[in-house]
Formats: sequence, structure tokens, C-alpha cells
Amino acid sequence: MTVASRPLPAQAREYRFPRFSRHTLENGLRVIVAPVRKLPVVTVLAVVDAGANRDKNGIEGLAQLTAEMLREGTEKHNGIEILEGFERLGSSIEAGADWDSTIVSMTLLRHHLTTGLPLFAEVLRTPSFPSHEVDRLKAERLAERLQILSEPRGLADEAFSKFLYPPGSRYAEPIGGTGKSISAITRENVIEFFGRFYVPMSATVIIVGDVDGSEALDLVRDALGQWHGAPAPSVDSTAAETQTGRALEIVDKSDAAQAELRLGHAGIPRSHPDYFKVVIMNALLGGLFSSRINLNLRERHGYTYGASSYFDWRRAPGPFVISTAVQSEVSAEAIRETLIEIDRMRSKEVPADELSLATNYLEGVFPIRYETTSAIASALANIVIFNLREDFYDTYRDNIRAVTPKDVLVAAQLHVQPEKLLGVVVGDPAIVSKPLESLGLGPVSHRSPADA
Amino acid sequence: MQETTIMQIPIETLRLNNGLLVTLSEDRTAPIVAVNLWYHVGSANEKEGRTGFAHLFEHMLFQGSEHVGSNEHFELIQRAGGTLNGSTWLERTNYYETVPSNQLALALWLEADRMGYLLPAMTQDKLDNQRDVVKNERRWSVDNQPYGTWMERLSALTFPEPHPFHHSLIGSMEDLSAASLDDIKHFFSSFYTPDNAVLSIAGDFDPAEVKQFVEQYFGVIPRGKNRPSLLGMDLPETFGESLRLVVEDDVALPRLYVAFRSPVFGSDSYYVASVVGAILGMRRGSRLHRSLVRERQIAADATAFTFDLAKGSDLLVVDVVGRPETTPEKLEREVNREIDLLMTNGATQEEVDRAIALIETDMITAMQSASERADRLSMFATFFGDPKLINQQSDKYRSVTLTQVDNFARAKLGVNNRASLLFVPKAEKAGEVESVEPAAA
Repeated sequence: MTVASRPLPAQAREYRFPRFSRHTLENGLRVIVAPVRKLPVVTVLAVVDAGANRDKNGIEGLAQLTAEMLREGTEKHNGIEILEGFERLGSSIEAGADWDSTIVSMTLLRHHLTTGLPLFAEVLRTPSFPSHEVDRLKAERLAERLQILSEPRGLADEAFSKFLYPPGSRYAEPIGGTGKSISAITRENVIEFFGRFYVPMSATVIIVGDVDGSEALDLVRDALGQWHGAPAPSVDSTAAETQTGRALEIVDKSDAAQAELRLGHAGIPRSHPDYFKVVIMNALLGGLFSSRINLNLRERHGYTYGASSYFDWRRAPGPFVISTAVQSEVSAEAIRETLIEIDRMRSKEVPADELSLATNYLEGVFPIRYETTSAIASALANIVIFNLREDFYDTYRDNIRAVTPKDVLVAAQLHVQPEKLLGVVVGDPAIVSKPLESLGLGPVSHRSPADA
Repeated sequence: MQETTIMQIPIETLRLNNGLLVTLSEDRTAPIVAVNLWYHVGSANEKEGRTGFAHLFEHMLFQGSEHVGSNEHFELIQRAGGTLNGSTWLERTNYYETVPSNQLALALWLEADRMGYLLPAMTQDKLDNQRDVVKNERRWSVDNQPYGTWMERLSALTFPEPHPFHHSLIGSMEDLSAASLDDIKHFFSSFYTPDNAVLSIAGDFDPAEVKQFVEQYFGVIPRGKNRPSLLGMDLPETFGESLRLVVEDDVALPRLYVAFRSPVFGSDSYYVASVVGAILGMRRGSRLHRSLVRERQIAADATAFTFDLAKGSDLLVVDVVGRPETTPEKLEREVNREIDLLMTNGATQEEVDRAIALIETDMITAMQSASERADRLSMFATFFGDPKLINQQSDKYRSVTLTQVDNFARAKLGVNNRASLLFVPKAEKAGEVESVEPAAA
């Protein structure tokens, strides 16, 4: 019987991230084309430097609303006609803002590309922002706000950002805005935002899939070559100041069936030279299923269905967050165990064997991440958004392999800061308050869900 | 200028002497391979007093087997650079990993070890731990989520007791507490046998080599015996009456689910039902979205979907969330009016074409992923013994006609076949609902 002997890996076959070419049209529009011939599928994705980081105080959510308004009517077609135009092709156009950019994308079957791309360009270039559609989308966003405020996970995420970043900082408010800020947005705000930031110099069109490189470039040139506009001013991505010192906030939700926990502090920008070291360190701390925090809270103690940690990578320092939902009675214990894991990560080098869990995983999983045209297009969009090196994906696995146990220790010591930990607990105050107060994690304050 | 070529993926099938059905689909474009196992057992197979057991059991399959330590399955696959998980549904439980192709043998060996040699690794401590984890999963996904109970409520409403689809998939806290090691042993020997499973492998592999691995690792596992059969699955074609349940809950907006009893997954009329669902609620151009969200603005969102049940009967479900100012009564009235309209006036050819085009793009796009490919091969092999059905799906959708759609709507969308589950914001929440987020920002 050979069952007991574990198979060893065979010789690995080489993999390369898809080849891509970069071009700049005369109007300044950048184009990236990556021919990938597996199935007759094409993804078209436009990255525009019009993220939520450009929202002004008081009208947060403008970038998001502007992105959604693109498809609600153009100079030539109303919203219904646009919608029908895409869906007749078996596709739909997605548009949304992230912190550092707006992304507009569609995935369609190859033979629809020549029909779909001009429509895509029309939406990007000539939206007309009908006022009744602005009103409708605002009302839909307000309904969504009510849903988020009654949903413990979303509530915890938002309350945590608000606790972490000071009032007035863009990161303190959700990408899509709040009830108050959404209500304050006018059609004129949308038109002005679009006019300022949606210009060819600030945009990149990415085409991935079953296409020929020069054919794709010609299609983009035909559709968007005549797009004109002055370059947008550069955005200020300087780090927002954050709250410091330990503190806990309880968002009171009586009779909650569980407690949602968020713990963390402001992290580091995507451009930080320690990026790979931090990625590996976080994988071991809370990024992987077999990470220290998850094995402790879930597999050792059964406190939770899952616990994880992540650095939210943005141009400016996004949050470092440990996130879990636990049985209310063990909220304090769960935080205590998490603190133990943080200290362990910061006090001693990880064994080489444990390090290889993360490095082998990230190296091996690399080709699995890029199976689809939309995943490849998103990866290429990150090159644009974060100004990554041209060979970022070709050197990714080498960079992962180069991380040492010492690097992980230093990354933990520098970038996970227990003395700055802030926590938010959405849960039943009758159960969670007392134990959390005795945790010694700074002052404990309360607020009601409607404030978040 | 519709191109008529339909995507065909290569498929090879073999059956081991112990009954294990194996499907292979080669694709050498990237050095990765997906391994996918479907066991033909789900919550429908649970005995009385053990709701949630099939899912708890799924958790136990990650707790080690005779030659694999606790949690080592996860660690070995992640160390190999792979992704993995499992899931439980009413009729099946699946386990899957995608790994770099040079690690295929490891993934197969791990699956074989837990199919053949699970029990020596099962302990009371592990069961107690995973019971706690699953109870927290229930709290997280059901009890602490707005509308989180929708699925168990809808199943209970639409499948009369003691139909095997009637009870909760995630299970009750009481039944989870009652699960014992004896239950584990019995469930394992009854259902986790090679003749009750399908193994699919999709991606980069050498067919001769992979057959050798499969025979070597799985071939020695004995066939099962005395598998308990399901209780009667058959049901009348419609509910025969209007079913309705109103739930006051800690939610901000009213939400209505309308379920129709519908033909089983894979039957000819399933494809018609699926197109009807897409006409009603797939994407923003669908009827419900256009009418209720866009034009009349009484709903915040509207979708439709099928459960894809292959035995007894399926459910076609419409799911509409009301706007804050829409009363639950109005939401229910207007959704029903839209359904009535489709039933009495029928659809248009454009609507049918739109639905089929969207479904087809989704199907082909999903096939880019080895894991999706393998999972669908397992599905067709498990339910119909024929993985090659995967290559006929486009044809089956394309052959749905407007007449079939209209006939289906008339026969199945009537009031005698509607089960409505209406979530209503709790009375004390009403004040908050009316003023939109007063204290925000």
C-alpha cells in the first residue's frame, strides 16, 4: 500500500504573466493591450484618475456617483438605450470609484467587441447626466446607506474607518459617502467633477483577451482618439493624520447575535519599500487560513468562523485591519489572544518552515490569480494606479522569495504597532462592555449605529 | 452577424472498479490544475434531529485523516501554492483545490486519504471545536445578518414537511449541539464512498499519468453499501395555492422573496425557467429592475435566480428590496403586478434574446477558471452521469423560444404557485426609516 507516502511535487512548468504592450495616443490617452487566447472572451477596462480621494469635504461620494452616472445617458442615447445596447451584446458595463481611481469595465464575447467598444467610449466621453437620473441614483444610494447601517459587518468597517481617521479626513468617510454628503451632491457637482477629471491624459484603456494587439489599438484609436480635454491637476496623496493611542469604541447593538470586531491602525502607502516584507508578514499573522490569528481564534478556541488581517493598499496610508466576528461572550478573550499573536510576531523571528508557508503559497498561487481576462485587466490597472514598475508581475515571485525571517520580524516591529491599536466592536453592550473595559486597551466609548 | 461556433471543452470519462466516476478536461494554457470532488450527499440526507449535520461534517473533513494531521490539509495545499475550500448544499457537498500542476498528485492523495481513511483522525475535541466554529458561522451568516434567515424560511415555506428540502441547511443550534462522533462514523460510511462521488480534474495534466494517480490513490477504497435512500422527493408541479409568510425583523428596508415551484435542474423546461428568471431579474435591463427600480422607483434592487435542484422540484425565486418610503404592502402588490403582467401578456423576442445573450456570456466567461470548469463537470456527472452535458448548455439555452417562455409564465407564475416571504422592518425601526440617516456624517 502506497497511500501513506505523500507524493512529492513534480518539476514545475514555467509560467509568465501575460505579455502586454503600452501605447500613448496623440491626445495623451494611454492604452495597454494583452492578447490572451484561451476562450473567445475580451475584457475592456478604463482606469481614470478620478477616485474618491478627489472628493471635496461635505460632498463625499461624488466620485462614486459620477462613475455610476456615466451609463445613465449620453449626448446620443438615454440610460435605457445604453443599458439595452450592452445587454443585447450579452454584456453590461460596470462603473465605480475606488480610493485612487475610477474603473469602468465590461467583459464580452470577442465577436461583440467591435460593437461594444464604441458604446463603451460613448459612455466614457459623452455622458449627459440627466437630472432625473442623478436624483434616482442619489435615492438608491440613500437606501443603500440604510442597509449598511443595519448590517453589522458594514457598520463595523465604517465605524472603524471613522474611529481611525480624524474628522475631515477623506478616509474617515465611506467611498460612497454618507446620507448627509450624498444628499448634498448636485448635478452641477457631477458635471464639474467629470469635466475636471475625466480627460484622456488621466485615463488608460486596458484590453485583455482574445484580440490581436494592433487590431485592439486601432479600435481604441477609432473610438477614443478624438477625446480631448485639459490635464487634470495632480492630486494630493499626502498621508492623512490619524488618531493615536489605544482606544476602544463600542457600537451599541442590543440583542446582536454576535460581536463584530475590528482592530488596527493606519498602515503604510502602497509605494512603501517594505511592501513585500509586509505582505509576507501579514500573510503569516492573519492573511492565510493557516495564519497565526485564524488558527488561534478559530481552530484552537472556536471563537469564530474566521479571523483575518489585511493592509488596505492605497496611494496614501490605508488602514491595517484585523477583522473577525465572535461569540459576544468571548469578545475580550478574542482581542486578548489577538494581542498575544501580535506580540509573538514582533518579538521573535518566524521559523523558516513557517515563512515558507507564505512564500510558497504566494509564489504558487500567482498563476491561479490570473486565469481570467478580468483578473489580468485588474492587475494591469494596478500598474497604472500605483505606478508600479513595468516588470512588477515578472519579478513578483522573486521578490516574494527574497523575504527573510529577519525581514518579517522587522516589518512586524515597524508596521504593526500595538501601542497605537484602535478597536471597534459592534455588539450587545450588555454583554461586551464590562469585559472590554477591563481589557486595558485604552478608554472605552459608546455610540449608536446611526452615528456611524 | 452572430457567430455560431459554440465553445467545446475536451472531456474524458472513466469509472474505477469501486464505482468512482472520474472526469478529465485538459487545458494546457497555464500550469495549473483544479481537482474537484462532489459527494452526492447534502442537507437533504440528514436524519431527523440532525439538521446542519452535512455541513458540520464538511468542516470535519478539514480536520485531518489517517495520514494527514489536523488542519494539515489546508496547510499542505497552501504550501503547495494552491487554493481550496468546500461547500454544502441541499443535494451535494463539494471539496476542491486548484494547485500548480506539478502538485496534482498531492491534491489527489489528500482527497483520497480523507475519502478512504477519515475516521481514525476523528476525535471528540475536534468535533467540539468545529461545532463551535459552525455555530459562529450560523451567527455570522444567518442570525446577525439582516434577512439572514431568508433561506431557511423560504425552504420551510415551499417544501412541506417532511420533504428533505424542508429543513435548515445550516441547522439549528440544538441539532448542532446534539451531533456526536457516532453520527460522524455513520454519515461517513453511508455517504462518503467512491460510488457516491465524482472526481473531476481540469487543467494542465498528462492524461496517462493522472489516470495512474487516480487508480493508485482511489482504486483501493472500498465501495459503499446500504446507502440510505432519500425520502420521497416528488411533489406536485405547483404549490396549488398561494403561500405567504410575513416576518418582522431587525431590517431597514422591506424585502420580498417570491418563489415559484419550478422544473428540476437539467430538465428541458429548466432552461425555460432559467430564461424566465433572467427576463424578470437578471441585471439592470430586466423587467423588475427596469420597472420597479428605474422607472417607478419603488424598489432599491431586484434580482431573480434558481436554486438549481435536480431532484423533486426546483425553485425559481424573485428577490426585491423596497425603497425606504415604499410600504411592505405596496412592495408586495407591485411585484405581484409585474409577475401578473408577464403571465398575462407574455414576453418579447428581444427580452428572450437579451436573457440568452447574458446567460451565455456568463457561462463562457466562467469557463476561464479551471475550478469552475471542474465544478460544473462534477455537477453534470453527479446529477446525470454525463459530464459532456457541459458542452450542450449553450445549445439548450439558445433553443428556448418565446412561445415556451410565454407558456411557462402562464403555467407557473400564477397565484396558485407563488410563495411569498416578506420581511418587514420592526415597528420601532419605522421612525428611523422615514428620516434618511439623520445623524450621519
